[in-house]
Amino acid sequence: MKPGSRPPIYGLMAQFDSPERLIAGASAAHAAGYRRMDAYAPYPVEGLADALGRHHSRLPWIVLGGGLAGLIGGYALQYWTTVIAYPLNVGGRPLHSWPLFIPVTFELTVLLAAGSAVLGMLALNGLPMPYHPVFNLRSFERASRDGYFLCIESTDPRFSHLETMRFLCTLQAIEVSVVDH
Amino acid sequence: MSQATPEPKSSAQAPGGPGDLVIAPGYTPASVTDKIAAVVLQKTPLSFYVAFGAAFALFMVFLYAVGMLFVRGIGIWGVNNPVGWGFAIINFVWWIGIGHAGTLISAILLLLRQTWRTSINRFAEAMTLFAVACAGLYPILHLGRPWLFYWLFPYPNTMQLWPQFRSPLIWDVFAISTYATVSLLFWAVGLIPDLATLRDRAQHPVVKRIYGMLAMGWRNSATHWHHYETAYLLLAALATPLVVSVHTVVSFDFAAGIIPGWHATIFPPYFVAGAIYSGFAMVMTLSIPLRAAFKLQDFITLKHLNNMAKIMLATGLIVFYGYLMEIFFAWYSGNPYEQFVILNRITGPYRWLWYLLILCNGLLPQLLWFRGVRHSVPALFLIALVVNVGMWLERFVIVVTSLHRDFLPSSWGMYMPTVWDWATFVGSIGLFLSLLFLFIRVLPVISIFEMRTILPEAKIDSAESGGTP
Repeated sequence: MKPGSRPPIYGLMAQFDSPERLIAGASAAHAAGYRRMDAYAPYPVEGLADALGRHHSRLPWIVLGGGLAGLIGGYALQYWTTVIAYPLNVGGRPLHSWPLFIPVTFELTVLLAAGSAVLGMLALNGLPMPYHPVFNLRSFERASRDGYFLCIESTDPRFSHLETMRFLCTLQAIEVSVVDH
Repeated sequence: MSQATPEPKSSAQAPGGPGDLVIAPGYTPASVTDKIAAVVLQKTPLSFYVAFGAAFALFMVFLYAVGMLFVRGIGIWGVNNPVGWGFAIINFVWWIGIGHAGTLISAILLLLRQTWRTSINRFAEAMTLFAVACAGLYPILHLGRPWLFYWLFPYPNTMQLWPQFRSPLIWDVFAISTYATVSLLFWAVGLIPDLATLRDRAQHPVVKRIYGMLAMGWRNSATHWHHYETAYLLLAALATPLVVSVHTVVSFDFAAGIIPGWHATIFPPYFVAGAIYSGFAMVMTLSIPLRAAFKLQDFITLKHLNNMAKIMLATGLIVFYGYLMEIFFAWYSGNPYEQFVILNRITGPYRWLWYLLILCNGLLPQLLWFRGVRHSVPALFLIALVVNVGMWLERFVIVVTSLHRDFLPSSWGMYMPTVWDWATFVGSIGLFLSLLFLFIRVLPVISIFEMRTILPEAKIDSAESGGTP
């Protein structure tokens, strides 16, 4: 790597040997003012998102929206078909026999909420994403085995190749590498 | 790492020794990953071809039977008046019941923070999907004109007809299709990080590419995990009432009718308990050979089998209570038709099935009270098989004995399955096993990333991580 080069690189990646060091590193980077960064671990590490300064997922709102759409849509579908579009007198029972509409309404609520949970999760995570620069790093395949990584991206306003490299080296990382685009 | 392994705690709980661990000691994230991924990434063993070949041959029997059904019609089955719901509905209810354990293990036990679910949830979910796939076929095959099954869904059509939403049979369509979809989503979401693991582990470039595409670019980032955990938890919360609702709706198919023996308020809870009972029996039936074949005893430990046995015992008692209550209700109702159905079950032409049912579902599982039985793998396997049979008998007894002698003695009759009924039933087991073997071959049978989270290394030592400002 050339010191002081312009950012034709994606960022700088530090590798840690334990989740505790990764959390400590992530909090230190956040405290140092870095925002455009991400940490990588083989499983959801408790407190890692907080250390990076990400507190709330917007996903519950998306799921609520999906669930409400299923609830209202499901009931409206049954009301419209049985009362308006195709009224059928079954043994003199009321056309709008709401207790019997509950099972289907419930199922459609769950169906749409679950569907929006999955699609919302994928959308918030930007998946599917066929290419991503972090995979250029050879050791990165350990992120799905036993590697703990922190990547500060070059688009961060505070990013400076030299300074950031120097900073990452203070974090008890076992390796700091350049991630190419 | 200065973390202690959970041995002292578990040995304090019960003096059972290594049988009380959720995972054998000495594993690290790396070794767990390698061991589970190796099951998929190894060269296909010869035994796989033998097992899959046998299952696939059975599946061919199914296709042949279904082919005959399409050519010759529903008359090749034993159904006729008065028993219009024969094997098709028995098998449907049996399979859908089996399909309850997966989502129960994944969703309810996740919300209850039962970490022991981790090593069995993946293949229990797969089992659920395949059981629901088998179940879903039966009502469609039973339609008479199966190619018109889509008439059951509400869609604008030239006949200007709409489904009857006041009918439990339409609720069934929504309940089963929603359950199948949500179970598939839950399973697929759980697989994403593991597919990424396989992508990173695979050596063959084509295999790597396939897993890479399926993993959709998952890169284990904290942002990913953050949204992912939220999604997984929400899916679990959504799937929990769904598990209970599916068999409730299935029981409405019976309970909303006026046939004596079906028209009972106890049906929904007793069906749900029976579903969980049979589902756990099937998970047990599958996990015992699985752990032996792939040497996964370190991950699927005696503790898992023991816990599953306890759930079987508890749900089995609820089911047994249901049987007794049916008899009580018949007597207490004072309704001669209800009373006759019970009398006919116990003394009529199908009585030996009822006795077998009580033996398989009520009496033999009581052996699970004994610790020695719960710690004996062969005994558990046998009891699980017995319960699988018992739950099938239960559905036979409910469907057939209520229908074959109802109100009018002049319309009584007998039901005998034909060879095509049997071929369709046995063949669907072939379909189930074929799908299961394919799953075991190409996807991780145990959730790798969740196994990493239950290792002592994953417990965050806050003194070490919180030192920085």
